[in-house]
Amino acid sequence: MADLYTIENLRLSLADMTRRPLLGTAPQLEILKGLNFSIPKGSVMGIVGGSGSGKSTLGRAMVRLLEPSSGQIRFDGQDIAHLSDRELRPLRRRFQMIFQDPLSSLNPRHTVGTLIAEPLRLHGFDDVQGRVGRALDHVGLPRSFLTRYPHELSGGQRQRVGIARAIAIEPDFILADEIVSGLDVSSQAQVLRLLEDLVRELGLTLAFISHDLSVIRRLCSRVLVLYRGEIVENRETAALFAAPEAPYTRELLSAIPLPDPDQPWG
Amino acid sequence: MSFLEIRNLTATLSNGMPILRDVSLSVAAAEVRGLVGESGAGKSMIGKAILGILPRSVRITRGEIRLDGTDLLALPPAERRRRIGQSCALIPQDPLTALNPSRRVGPQITDRLVDILGWTRSNAEARARDLLAEVQIPEPERVMRSYPHELSGGMRQRILIASAFAAEPKLIVADEPTTALDVTVQKQILKLIAGMQARHGTALLFVTHDLGVVSKVCQRLSVLYAGMVVEDTDVRGFFSAPDHPYSRALLAATPVYTDPEASLTPVPEAVITAVRAEVAAADRRAGRG
Repeated sequence: MADLYTIENLRLSLADMTRRPLLGTAPQLEILKGLNFSIPKGSVMGIVGGSGSGKSTLGRAMVRLLEPSSGQIRFDGQDIAHLSDRELRPLRRRFQMIFQDPLSSLNPRHTVGTLIAEPLRLHGFDDVQGRVGRALDHVGLPRSFLTRYPHELSGGQRQRVGIARAIAIEPDFILADEIVSGLDVSSQAQVLRLLEDLVRELGLTLAFISHDLSVIRRLCSRVLVLYRGEIVENRETAALFAAPEAPYTRELLSAIPLPDPDQPWG
Repeated sequence: MSFLEIRNLTATLSNGMPILRDVSLSVAAAEVRGLVGESGAGKSMIGKAILGILPRSVRITRGEIRLDGTDLLALPPAERRRRIGQSCALIPQDPLTALNPSRRVGPQITDRLVDILGWTRSNAEARARDLLAEVQIPEPERVMRSYPHELSGGMRQRILIASAFAAEPKLIVADEPTTALDVTVQKQILKLIAGMQARHGTALLFVTHDLGVVSKVCQRLSVLYAGMVVEDTDVRGFFSAPDHPYSRALLAATPVYTDPEASLTPVPEAVITAVRAEVAAADRRAGRG
């Protein structure tokens, strides 16, 4: 299968604000240290790592919310690593990002209907109302939600609206950054099942950033393990869980508390 | 007899809506009880009720909170605060907001000992150093002079654990103490809390939404739904054969990497309907709302 993303020697540095002098510029801190990987079309790539591993920075570089210092990000054949905002605009319709709580970053005075319609209008789609309705159907929310406000929704419902907003413009790729971490297990199970269905039905390619390996195991076909800005393991999910190779992957796996009092938990 | 005995604790919001419904549970010395449930089930409220830090909008309408046999709710406010200050402590969820960012760490541990328990400053400092060593903080002297922002999340949580144990409380309420931490740090912190609790013989009430964590640190647990205890059992029994349908549904919704083919079922509508009916029936019997 063709690759949707091909990433070569991706490096990214950000200003280290903790070491910023009183006058002058902050020193640069290298967050991503030369990453190479690809994501086949229609697959689900899990990206896992601890805090400070660079997983969110990698996600932001992939959808070009950040510009890498060097290296290539080829999206469907085109290197987008250093495109300008204007050059990126037509591409923005093709990749979407969903955050941990997407609705907290959106205008609380807008209804769900307006929020889902916003990116559709921005990208000049016709039949906006029809598309908004179908997006709600896809995520299993009744049309009566169109007139609700974000604060009236539960965490799981808000996350569904976030997903509806992302899929309404029919993107090729969705980056989901810790989208189930704030949810109760029941809502988490609902959102994960929904993502599984959407990937199948819409032929989406998905990158799923999470610190939870149990969630990754369930959802992803491949897993990328990041540790301090480097890829320490990139393998097919079943193989990785059967025999983790990198010491850090083994440490991560053995640290997970399984709901089982008899699990040895050294 | 258990150190903490809660009987029929009922609390409502100012609009009369019940948020704790006849909650009864006990924690013995050296015992760890987990309080689990989804968000809004009232698990943090129980900890706050014990510590006397409920939001103003919440009123306790009925029940007893007995510490070592004495009902806190029957005491005058000043006496109640003194009892709580002497025998209880909290390990909070977010170590950053729980520490004052503009003060050094040392005084934030020792203030409580000096102001509430009347220790001398030098005794309190010696105690803080010992406790920081016990929670495996290297160079306790240097850390006591540090500001919170100079320390990692794991370090800050260790400091709050040291602070909680400093006055040898009989009961500690831990409110989601590892939710904000990486899984590898979480493991260290949980082992640390469990080790300290066992060594000091403290009764521990452990509030969490994570059944995996419960299976590692608790001996008993209470499952809450809508402020009502739907199951009170020992951990081993719970994980081999949970009694209540809602408990079984919670377990079935929890993903485990060792069993990827498990169905990962959201709590079914039928289970929610049934447990809501239980809550409504209990409300009718008690003449609530």
